[in-house]
Amino acid sequence: MTWLFLQAVVSGLLLGGVYGLVASGLSLIFGVLRIINFAHGAVMMLGMYASYWLFVLLGVDPYLSILVTGPLFFGIGVLIQRIVIEPNRDAAEHNQLLLTLGVALFFENLALVLWQGDFRTVRVWYSGASFLVADVLVEVPRLVAAGGAVLIALGLWGFLRTTDVGKAIRALSEEPEGARLVGVNVARIRGVAFGIGSACVAVAGALVTPFFYVAPDVGESFNIMAFVVVVLGGMGNFLGALMGGFIVGLAESLGAAFLPGSLKQLVVFGLFVVVLLLRPEGLFGTRRGR
Amino acid sequence: MAARLAPLLAAAALVALPPLLPKYALEVLISILFFGYLGACWNILGGYGGQFSFGHAAFFGLGAYTSTLLFLHWGVSPWIGMLAGGLLAAGFGLFAGYLSFRYGLRGPYFSLVTLAFAEMLRVVAVNWKAVGSSLGLVVPNRGSAPALFLFAEKLPYYYVILTMAVGALVITRAMERSRMGYALAAIRENEDAAEAAGVDALSTKLSAMALSSFLTALGGTFYAQYFSYIDPSLTFGPAISIGGLLPAIVGGAGTVTGPLLGSFVLTPISELTRAALRGRAGADIMLYGLVLILVISFLPNGLVGWIRARRAPAGGRR
Repeated sequence: MTWLFLQAVVSGLLLGGVYGLVASGLSLIFGVLRIINFAHGAVMMLGMYASYWLFVLLGVDPYLSILVTGPLFFGIGVLIQRIVIEPNRDAAEHNQLLLTLGVALFFENLALVLWQGDFRTVRVWYSGASFLVADVLVEVPRLVAAGGAVLIALGLWGFLRTTDVGKAIRALSEEPEGARLVGVNVARIRGVAFGIGSACVAVAGALVTPFFYVAPDVGESFNIMAFVVVVLGGMGNFLGALMGGFIVGLAESLGAAFLPGSLKQLVVFGLFVVVLLLRPEGLFGTRRGR
Repeated sequence: MAARLAPLLAAAALVALPPLLPKYALEVLISILFFGYLGACWNILGGYGGQFSFGHAAFFGLGAYTSTLLFLHWGVSPWIGMLAGGLLAAGFGLFAGYLSFRYGLRGPYFSLVTLAFAEMLRVVAVNWKAVGSSLGLVVPNRGSAPALFLFAEKLPYYYVILTMAVGALVITRAMERSRMGYALAAIRENEDAAEAAGVDALSTKLSAMALSSFLTALGGTFYAQYFSYIDPSLTFGPAISIGGLLPAIVGGAGTVTGPLLGSFVLTPISELTRAALRGRAGADIMLYGLVLILVISFLPNGLVGWIRARRAPAGGRR
């Protein structure tokens, strides 16, 4: 029983790191654009396919593929924002939500048309590697993914703290009107934020490909998890998203260990509903306008 | 005069023509009316009340499962099961709505919580052996039994869904002009102002929720009887939630005829793409995504809003 618990905790934390990075991107986009991005999971899925094809066609290791997919999906994110979202900046809130839903439907089904619904896997030499720590199994690719995700998220946090662009992004998410008044190029920063968020999730996708299947709808479950994480961590709260990632990872893996079938999802959704109802500003957030 | 005649002519054509149509055309027409019906149900809460549910599949699935389980286990006619499913869904709608509205969830937060409720029901259905788990349930259809909502031909199903769709429109129109309709519109435009003016926002939104979920559940029973098969992802999955929301948005949220008009435009597009690109699953939904983006970008008030704006260019109607 203790062993099962410890194993679940370790698996949950490793999963949580990845959720944290996915959610950091979502949270960044929400902070700046005030949009709940339903296309986030679809962008992750495209990122996973990009890594998959780089591996299958050119033999590029999924971890190395980040160097390509990161910048590529930054660009794709900027384009999505510029073409689809920016022109509708003044549209009603729910219409902006639907725009991202449209983007998600488009990408997910584009993938289905191009590559069919088959589950594809990337088999690298370290795919099955693992080691034991006091009888608890640690899978190497999951450890690398979690470690990499946390490092990238922290690096991004540093970027937001120290650089001019980062400061502009934070200014825009904390005080949009003030940021505009001091001369922040709002349209450009909104694009950059969407680009960074998309790059985050594409990189998270690359990190999980050594142990996770790739399919057109793979992003959906990550997307919903990311909503849960972001709500837990507080919408727009970057470090909160990272913490929320660990909480959701733990909840999911403890649920998987102690509940039959796929009821673990019920734990996660239950947590989601409770947090939404009781603390929509997140566990770590301060209350601000909804 | 022409504006008054057109709906009558359309109604007459919808009643009289189908027996003459080939089977495929009839199926498409059933599909159009089915999604138009779902859109009209969603529209009551989402269009008039501005509460954008992303989880109407919850009510749809409850309807489909309730009538089917009552039929399979106790031989209860789905006509009666349909009402039971509707009441159960309305109860669930009141429960979910009370929690969400009581805690002040608005806008995207309401969308997320409804999505979560639908997903929770889907997970329960997948894991519950007594309701068929992920394998789903088969409605045995051995020929015609009108008392059991079973028909050998497509045509009777067509008239059932036509009646349901027209019924939904009649209910919507009556609601639009009732006290509740005005209160809902006021809430949609500005909830705080509506409350200040004496509208009981909570009970108004809950009434809309109950009506919308009850009607959506009836659609679930229709689906089960028509396709003779239900499973958790077909009925509780996001596709149904989107399937109801999309025609309403495209046709014009918050208008009586919008959802049906939206479905008359969307569903044939989907059916034609599917027929043209056989074996390329997904092309039709991909197109839906594109249409959704285009409609919100260029016709934010839907087709009906666009037609109204063209008819009265001087009027300030939005």
